[in-house]
Parts: sequence; structure tokens; C-alpha cells
Amino acid sequence: MNIIENIEKEQIEKLMEGKNMPTFKPGDTLRVHTKVKEGDRERIQIYEGVCIARKNDGLNSSFTVRKISFGEGVERVFPLYSPNVAKIEVSRVGKVRRAKLYFLRALRGRSARIADDLSVSVKEVNTPNSK
Amino acid sequence: MRTGLIAKKLGMSRIFQADGTHVPVTVLSVEGLQVVNVKTAEKDGYNAVQLGTGAVKSKNVSKPLKGYFAKAKVEPKKKLWEFRVSEDCLLSAGSELSVEHFVAGQYVDVCATSNGKGFAGVMKRHNFAGLEASHGVSISHRSHGSTGQRQDPGKVFKGKKMAGHMGAERVTVQNLKVVSVDSARGLIMVKGGVPGCENTWVRITDAVKKPATVALPMPAGLKKVDEPVAAKVETPAENAE
Repeated sequence: MNIIENIEKEQIEKLMEGKNMPTFKPGDTLRVHTKVKEGDRERIQIYEGVCIARKNDGLNSSFTVRKISFGEGVERVFPLYSPNVAKIEVSRVGKVRRAKLYFLRALRGRSARIADDLSVSVKEVNTPNSK
Repeated sequence: MRTGLIAKKLGMSRIFQADGTHVPVTVLSVEGLQVVNVKTAEKDGYNAVQLGTGAVKSKNVSKPLKGYFAKAKVEPKKKLWEFRVSEDCLLSAGSELSVEHFVAGQYVDVCATSNGKGFAGVMKRHNFAGLEASHGVSISHRSHGSTGQRQDPGKVFKGKKMAGHMGAERVTVQNLKVVSVDSARGLIMVKGGVPGCENTWVRITDAVKKPATVALPMPAGLKKVDEPVAAKVETPAENAE
């Protein structure tokens, strides 16, 4: 297993070169900049929503972002280290008490809101290296 | 026909590619793989190379086997496997093979012993549909149905698919693409799954059903550090004596 862990670690380092990963957690509102291919042109599309889960598994890490699109709940799972995820921005830091916010799927409107964590500034979260 | 390699399955991983896609890969490790014996048509009736890999404690090797390894001037090996080759691909005993035998982009067949499943029913073993959930079916929802006809022929035909032992058999997966080759660490990454559990020995050979589109090292990819061995390979027929 050690060799595979090494390979994955090296790959993570290579993939994260020049990228700035914010320290986000479930409950935060994210703006995920995804690369979209249209024919041979490539453009950036922003997907904004609440991060409801994170899976920490080395290279296989991923996070789930939920949003309400035209009245319909949409969830997207992004591989954390995918080259298709160009940038992740935290727009709001939420205050939640559990790691997986799957209960949000059953809620709509006001009850589906997450309180802001006022003790953390959004700027600090977006630039983790300046600590 | 070139020789194959003996590798150890380390496990699975994924490789993210620049275009955003990712490939699931099985990581196979080749270490200390040497030619232990060479079989030739005039001596044995067929052409083959016997490869050995894996370190083994010398106290666990029987005396006759020690002599066998000493003849080829190689360390005792844990796993021996024979590969049929054509005459121009014969190697000399003692030469060490490297992962560069395979080239990224080519297709390979991988052969190993599959995970044992024990005594399995027909639904798991032969993908039978089982019986219905209701309509009078009693206790036998996962069983097979009828096994034959009537008094004529009055027997169950041979080969009838029934419950029994499943897995732990030799399985070959064909046409797996070599995604990358890491010669420094001796690793080959092939796309997709490979039979067997982790740390199992696998046989990797050139794909039988897909001709290579990339140039493959002939007669085999040997370790480059061993210059004298590589030079000897030029005349394999003489060394095979």
C-alpha cells in the first residue's frame, strides 16, 4: 500500500501546483470554477452551492455541493484534485454541527439556510497559505 | 512472440490526466525478475523461458531446487513461471527483465488467480434469475429451477450449471491498456481491474487479440545496468545450450 500512497501523494503535489486550495468544510457556500469543454473550446463555468459533504481519501478525495436550481435540488460531486476543478472559492462560512449535511435534502426555503460562522472571515479561509 | 513478465499486484489507484479525465489503474510491481531456465526446441521440443521473481529465505528452499537456481547463477526465487516464446525471443539464463519490456499505450493480457468465493449458489455463480418472490414459491427463492427433461433422457446432462465452488481459479483479462510504466520503481499501471487479491502474482503478456501499434523492445526489455548481459542477448541461441 505504501508505494501506492507515494504515487498518489506525488500526483496530488503535481496537480496542486499553482493552485490555492481554500480550507473549506461542510456548511460553507462554495463557488466551484469548473472547466467545461464545448467542441474544442474550453471555458470556465461557476457552480455555486452549499458544501454538504467532504470525503477525505487522499487522491480520491471529493466534496458534494448542493444548490437549488429552478426550484429543483441539484447535487454535484467533485473530485477534489480533478484538473477540471480550476478553482474553489468560499463565499460564506457556515456554522454547522455535523460532517454530513444530508438532512438539507428534506428541507426547503428558510429552514434550509445555514447560519454564518462569524468567528471566521471568508478572506482567511480563501488564502490558507497566509496563516 | 515475446516473453511476458511476472508481477505482483499492489492494488488500485487512479490517474488524473491533463484533459480532465481520470483513468482507474491497477498498479503492478516487477522486482528482481530473472530468467531461470531456457527451453529450446532441440532440447525440450519447444521454445520457452522460465522466469523467477520474489525473494525467498534460503532455509525454505530445498537442496535440489538450490542446485537448479545455482545452475542459472540466480538467487533462489519464490515464484517460477514459464512463458512460451518464439525462437528469436529466447533469452539467456540469468538476465534480468525490467518493466520497460512493456510500453505505455500498448495492450496486455493479465492472468492471475481470482478471489475465492467458496461454495456459491447459481444466482451468484451463473447469473441465474432465481425463482419468484411469491406465487407459491416456498423457501427456494434463490435456487435454480428444473435440471432436465422427463424419463427420456432420464438424466442430468453433463456440464449443467449448478451451485458449487466459485473463484480461486486461473482467470485471464484480455486487452488491458498500459497507462504508464515507471522504470525507477519497477511499476506498470494498467487500465482497469486485474483478477486476484493484493500481493498476488500475475502474468502479464502482450495482448493476443490486439497487435501492438507502438514499437516494443525486442527480444525483451532487459535491465539496462547489466550491459554485459544485454550484449549476450544478441546471440541467444548459443547461450541456450
